[in-house]
Amino acid sequence: MSAVVKLHDIHKSFGAIEVLKGVSFEIDRGEVVAIIGRSGSGKSTALRCINRLETIQSGTLEVCGHRLDQPTLDLRALRQDVGMVFQSYNLFPHLTVEQNITLAPRRVKRLPNSQARALAQESLERVGLAEKIDCYPEQLSGGQQQRVAIARSLAMQPKVMLFDEVTSALDPQLTGEVLRVMETLAQGGMTMAVVTHEMTFARRVADRVIFMHQGRVWETGPGEMLENPQTPELQAFLSNGL
Amino acid sequence: MGGSFTVNHFLYLLQGVGWTVVLSALAFALGGVAGFGVMLLRTARSALLRRISFLYVQLIQGTPLLILLFVVYFGLGVVGIELPPLLAAGVSLMVYCSAFLGEIWRGCVESVPRTQWEASEGLALTRWQTLVDVILPQAARIATPPTVGFLVQVLKSTSLASVVGFVELTRAAQVVNNSLFTPFLVFGIAGVLYFALCYPLSRWSRSLERKLNVGRRQAA
Ligand SMILES: Nc1ncnc2c1ncn2[C@@H]1O[C@H](COP(=O)(O)OP(=O)(O)OP(=O)(O)O)[C@@H](O)[C@H]1O
Ligand SMILES: [Mg+2]
Repeated sequence: MSAVVKLHDIHKSFGAIEVLKGVSFEIDRGEVVAIIGRSGSGKSTALRCINRLETIQSGTLEVCGHRLDQPTLDLRALRQDVGMVFQSYNLFPHLTVEQNITLAPRRVKRLPNSQARALAQESLERVGLAEKIDCYPEQLSGGQQQRVAIARSLAMQPKVMLFDEVTSALDPQLTGEVLRVMETLAQGGMTMAVVTHEMTFARRVADRVIFMHQGRVWETGPGEMLENPQTPELQAFLSNGL
Repeated sequence: MGGSFTVNHFLYLLQGVGWTVVLSALAFALGGVAGFGVMLLRTARSALLRRISFLYVQLIQGTPLLILLFVVYFGLGVVGIELPPLLAAGVSLMVYCSAFLGEIWRGCVESVPRTQWEASEGLALTRWQTLVDVILPQAARIATPPTVGFLVQVLKSTSLASVVGFVELTRAAQVVNNSLFTPFLVFGIAGVLYFALCYPLSRWSRSLERKLNVGRRQAA
């Protein structure tokens, strides 16, 4: 097994405030890693560093063979390899579902227009929404919008998927449908980093859990670590959260 | 001297209306292109470009249009560049429009949430692709009412071009009045003609705004 995401001693500050204070972890090919932790512990920032939405101050960071700490980085090649799904879906409101999904493949990968619809159809089937292909985002429920956002990412055939609290804006019943899609992806062998507050999902689906605290990886282990926390901080986090 | 207002006088004023429209269209077309450039610079990644374009906008917005006209018409004349009045007025108004339109459009581009940029960049779209395919279509919706509103301002501002001898509606009215000495009648008619040009635009701008608001409410 080779790691496709490698963070080593990552430091990241916003102005004078250091948000990541030496974060190191790796994600192997096909592995699903859940990142948990209190609000403000740096989970989103760590995730956003992986596809260069944030730049790091120091440390080494390699993703799918791209060295993010080198000036020679090919940013667009990196982003073709890494898909990201956000808490607020961030679909393009002026485009239909089909156009949302096929915009990047058409522009970035020069997908011919004649094949675009088939790609959209195929991606939507993976999230169980084939019948919504001609809808606009505002015509969909939150859960459906989030599944479209996942399909949009999948259409670029990424090697790694990043999920940042993708169910936090959803009602409990809509949360389930999105989590099921993610679970299917995980079973299909996708390499995933999932920032989440869904402890059940973390325990059941993730191969490994990373607990972040105050800008550091505080504790890490398999899903069972949530039943048997080693640090008082994780203990406190779990008892407050559940 | 004197005499009464005839059909010929009216036709002369209508000709002035024609030139007012031509000048407005010229100013708006050229100013729109330049304004797009200003908007790009104002939202550029380079802080230097943002700074330079900011100074440009401040400078133009802080200068009366009349002064711009004098600079272009008389100033360029002194250094040997003789522009015909239409072109001089067109260039001045272009500069004037570019600063205001650039700033209006910058605001519209920046009102599109940052997360739309992030989602696009995360999908490996370039900055330009993101702008063209994702940001501008959303910004354009917001931009249309204020842009049309500004067009009304430009249309009225073209009356200043009369000072460099361009015979648009205001200048035409002056000419007619100089022979008839019936200022209330002649300038009254000119005013009505300006109103007839501007009112439909204002109405259009307001109906666009209403439609936009309705769209917003449905989307929410
Ligand atoms: N763009 C930014 N500018 C300044 N500070 C920021 C920025 N983004 C995040 N921060 C700060 O960095 C810290 C970590 O933020 P981050 O979003 O990574 O936390 P998080 O673990 O994802 O929290 P949450 O669970 O609330 O999403 C917070 O204190 C936050 O205020
Ligand atoms: Mg976060």
